[in-house]
Amino acid sequence: MSFFSIARATLEKDIRLEWRSKDAINAMLYFALLVVVIFSHSFDPTAEESRRIAGGLVWVAFLFAAVVALNQTWARELRNQVLDAYRVSPAPATPLFLAKSLGNFLFVVALEALMTPLFIVFYNLRAVGPAWQLIPIAVFGTWAIVVNGTFFAAISVRTRNREIMLPLLLFPFSIPAMMGVVNATSAVLTGEYSARVWIAMLLAYDVVFTVAGLYLFESILDAE
Amino acid sequence: MKRGITILAVVTSILLCVALYLALAQPDWPFGTPTERTMGYVQRIFYYHVPSAWTAFLLFFVNLGASIVYLVRRSEKADIVALVSAEVGVVFCTVVLVTGPIWAKPVWGIWWDADDIRLQSTLVMWLVYVSYLILRRLSTSSVTAVIAAVVSILGALLVPFVFFSIWFYRTQHPSPVIAHGGSLDPRMAVVLLVNWAAFLSLAGLVCWTRYRLEVAKREVDETQALESLMETSR
Repeated sequence: MSFFSIARATLEKDIRLEWRSKDAINAMLYFALLVVVIFSHSFDPTAEESRRIAGGLVWVAFLFAAVVALNQTWARELRNQVLDAYRVSPAPATPLFLAKSLGNFLFVVALEALMTPLFIVFYNLRAVGPAWQLIPIAVFGTWAIVVNGTFFAAISVRTRNREIMLPLLLFPFSIPAMMGVVNATSAVLTGEYSARVWIAMLLAYDVVFTVAGLYLFESILDAE
Repeated sequence: MKRGITILAVVTSILLCVALYLALAQPDWPFGTPTERTMGYVQRIFYYHVPSAWTAFLLFFVNLGASIVYLVRRSEKADIVALVSAEVGVVFCTVVLVTGPIWAKPVWGIWWDADDIRLQSTLVMWLVYVSYLILRRLSTSSVTAVIAAVVSILGALLVPFVFFSIWFYRTQHPSPVIAHGGSLDPRMAVVLLVNWAAFLSLAGLVCWTRYRLEVAKREVDETQALESLMETSR
């Protein structure tokens, strides 16, 4: 089987599983909703202030919610020894990692699409800067969270307390990506400065960690 | 081997005593160090702060090198070096993060300057390495070495992004004007270097002892595992 057929098979299987069970997306949605409600009760900002802080609130909520889905991504494969079966099969490891990252990307993007209107309503948001830039920001920012998250989730399943290990690894590594995505979002919302450099940095981050993840994933999967 | 450690311990103690004397000595004492004109005595914490930072970064660099060697050659020694350098590096990095604010409060008027690129990036690297050590502690022993080595390499890839994001953030936001740089009095530079030598020697001593401890611990674990295996096969 070629690289892409393995990746497609894994991705299709993950989407089908998620479509039938809706475990990850429901948990993520409800979790993000709770974060939004708690934030909106903790702060009572004016329209001007909320434009400044909304970028941070939105992405912190997405990061926390993404962890819920990422924790399930490999744990699901531990049941019935699916991961062991994959390991003994002659299929290479990299398409598996790519497919898992893409699957998580789709789930988190779906979450963002559903949660963003809610944020707009709760915080009365309106973009002053060029709003179209929010699309590359969301795509690159989400991929930054998801590609590292998928990789660290694969590491976390090899530990005791795996549910705790994932955020402990993912959060420090996400600090530059979060700075990029939050500042870029704030730049668009407030229109005070340009988001271009932050978007470029996010793209560079994505490229570096995607390549590193693809390259190093095999040693994680095959670690004995 | 044991003699080497004793010699290093003696050298370290002497160096640390000399370094402490030089760091605290008044200008009119023999071999005294000049007191900084504007900052006063509080500047002397620099003799601990800066060498700790250099030592910590050196140890993190050693950790990266050992991790790469481990992934390529799968040698257990490299894994122990990686573990030991990360542990000792985190300790020195903690010293940096504690002494920094103590110095900053009287000089800058604030404990923590959120825009200071060195302080912030040191904090992020400290977080990465603490996570690394927790991962080593929590992972099942058979896979620890591989996944730790991989995380260490990813940590190195993170460094430029940490630097860039903090630096670029600062260019966008007005920050308090803080004078950096300025030339160092040559006598101060000597004290700084003596302190660094002392700290390096201390780091070397601790790493070496910890290395031997880890080797012994793994031997004991292996023997116990073998014994229990023989018990069950009997």
